[in-house]
Amino acid sequence: MELSERRVISVIVVNESSVLSRITDLFSARGYNITSLTVAPIPETKYSRLTIVTSGSVRIIEQITKQLHKLIPILKVYEHADLVEKEMAMVKFPVSENIADISTLCEAYNGKIVNVGENVIITMVADEPKRVDNFLKLIKRYNPKEIVKSGAVALER
Amino acid sequence: MQINGAQMVIEALIAEGVNTVFGYPGGAIMNVYDEIYKQNDFAHILTRHEQAAVHAAEGYSKVSGKVGVAMITSGPGFTNAVTGLADAYMDSIPLVVISGQVPMSLIGTDAFQEIDAVGISRSCTKHNYLVTDAKDLPRILKEAFHIAASGRPGPVHVDIPKDVTAQIAEFDYSMELDLETYKPHTKGNPRQIKKAMEAIAHSKRPLFYLGGGIINANAAYELRELVKKTGIPAVETFMARGTLSHDDEHLISMLGMHGSYAANMAMSETDLVIALGARFDDRVTGKLSEFAKNAGVIHVDIDPASISKLINADYPIVGDVKNVVHEMLELSSQIKPEKYKAWRETINSFDELHPLTYHEDTDRIKPQWVIERVGELLGDNANISTDVGQHQMWAAQFYPFSRPRQFVSSGGLGTMGFGFPAAMGVKAAAPEKTSINFTGDGSILMNCQELMTAVEKKLPVINIILNNNYLGMVRQWQTLFYDKRHSETDLSIQPDFVKLSEAFGGIGYRVSTKAEFDAALKDAVEKDVVAFIDVVVERLENVMPMVPAGGSLFNMMLLEKKEK
Repeated sequence: MELSERRVISVIVVNESSVLSRITDLFSARGYNITSLTVAPIPETKYSRLTIVTSGSVRIIEQITKQLHKLIPILKVYEHADLVEKEMAMVKFPVSENIADISTLCEAYNGKIVNVGENVIITMVADEPKRVDNFLKLIKRYNPKEIVKSGAVALER
Repeated sequence: MQINGAQMVIEALIAEGVNTVFGYPGGAIMNVYDEIYKQNDFAHILTRHEQAAVHAAEGYSKVSGKVGVAMITSGPGFTNAVTGLADAYMDSIPLVVISGQVPMSLIGTDAFQEIDAVGISRSCTKHNYLVTDAKDLPRILKEAFHIAASGRPGPVHVDIPKDVTAQIAEFDYSMELDLETYKPHTKGNPRQIKKAMEAIAHSKRPLFYLGGGIINANAAYELRELVKKTGIPAVETFMARGTLSHDDEHLISMLGMHGSYAANMAMSETDLVIALGARFDDRVTGKLSEFAKNAGVIHVDIDPASISKLINADYPIVGDVKNVVHEMLELSSQIKPEKYKAWRETINSFDELHPLTYHEDTDRIKPQWVIERVGELLGDNANISTDVGQHQMWAAQFYPFSRPRQFVSSGGLGTMGFGFPAAMGVKAAAPEKTSINFTGDGSILMNCQELMTAVEKKLPVINIILNNNYLGMVRQWQTLFYDKRHSETDLSIQPDFVKLSEAFGGIGYRVSTKAEFDAALKDAVEKDVVAFIDVVVERLENVMPMVPAGGSLFNMMLLEKKEK
């Protein structure tokens, strides 16, 4: 078995209908994994940028980038080696939990409380994916009611 | 000029130089068919099934080198055509397939004959389009033809809603295409080519591994020159048959699952594989870890994704194989043919040990004899199509191919029912040659309705049915690997093929001796009408040699030796 590695691939595509399905179809048809996928238009252009977190052997990753590149509406494919990567998570807690503790934890992970309601508070953190995972482990004791993660975005250094 | 979408389709086809369209009308494509009725610039061939329309376009494209065009309606018309799209995708055949779609206002409502056509064709086309505005149609059609034919060729599907074909907009086909996201790399890296040529000069047992890409790139004649100049032996893939002439002393034979002993042994013994337009398909390589184990690999392909996909390439060269072969020719003086004399002799000794042959040891005609006999009688004067199965492998093994684009067969997808409609397309593209379809008693019943098309449009295909009353290839596997449990492969009950052909207005022969076969073929060629020649052949003949699936190329099951 060849070693399977986590990789981040960024893809610049022309904004047109069904371009996202072309990409996800390619992954499913060829048996590649998508760990996370983030898409948004690049401001003031006709392009969108996708950040795909995937895993596979060196050969598989090379195939993924080549096969992506073959899709007609794809402009560029970057397989990142040296990158800055961030992910965001939002977590909802009951107000009955220790808000001071939660707030301190959020701050340690580049976040804060973003909404306080009658029954729940909502917090957000934005950090490297591994650190976000750590944060989510740590807050378990505060009975989080709901968690949402954004998937990673990345830029080459 | 201001015209409607349907007229735009016609104008675009004319501008692209299309002279034959294969298709089948229906509700959503009727506006386009109305315009087809009014024009005289190209012929429309009405097949009797949409799948056949696409296969016919494939056959037409294969032989003519042009983009094949098929037209179908929405819903079932489209889904029937999907097998053809997938077939063309696997074998890199340039097609533009135009389908009708329900009107825009009905899309997504589960309307009559509505199906998400572009959703279905996405994974079996090079690219596809759903046209949402007639003003985009000229550009989309122009892009479709460009994308189909350039780079690694393939099918492009254009889905046009019915209201778009009625919508009026400006038609101007003179625009320059600017596809900033699609720029195939056609010129090989000169430094890399130089290094590859040096590697060849240093190798002791180099081997050309020729793939279908050479034929697609129209590079066969340059390649013949390169082979001659370097004196390096060559093996062909199934898709590459005809690249070298059968009588070229450097051609060993086909390699792979049913390749010759010499070809497979040469691949196992070589120290440098020179792969040109080939993709290391599993039916070629057998067990990957044992394939050309001690060899370096030069891999030339227009598709970067084919390089190092399965076998790591030491000298990867992305480019049009015609350009690269041309560059290689310029640098070929450093390669001395005499150096490979011993290597060629080794390969010759492989061939003497286990030649590609068969035994005439039964009363019934051997299927291989039929292929050889057609080769003797028609040779270069025929284009050869096949269906899928044993007869297909025998055709690839035993027909004396002498030129590229002479052989048309479903390699990648292995589509039964491909042969007859493809052979019609072949005949439409090259009426001066006899169009033969080697088929089996299983395959021919898929798409035999095309007898009607062939008779009506005077496309005199001669279908030679190698009739063993079996789904022969599956039967062979059952015999060899399933302890002779011939599950659902016995075709003892079958139609009267002579009457079947006659019912549509063709002619039919049933033959069981060599003399009868010769007479039937001669008669069919002379009469120049659609024919079935139903040849009763040995029932239990196996295709040999055979590399069992997943086995190493050098571990072949071989034809048993017989004392002469």
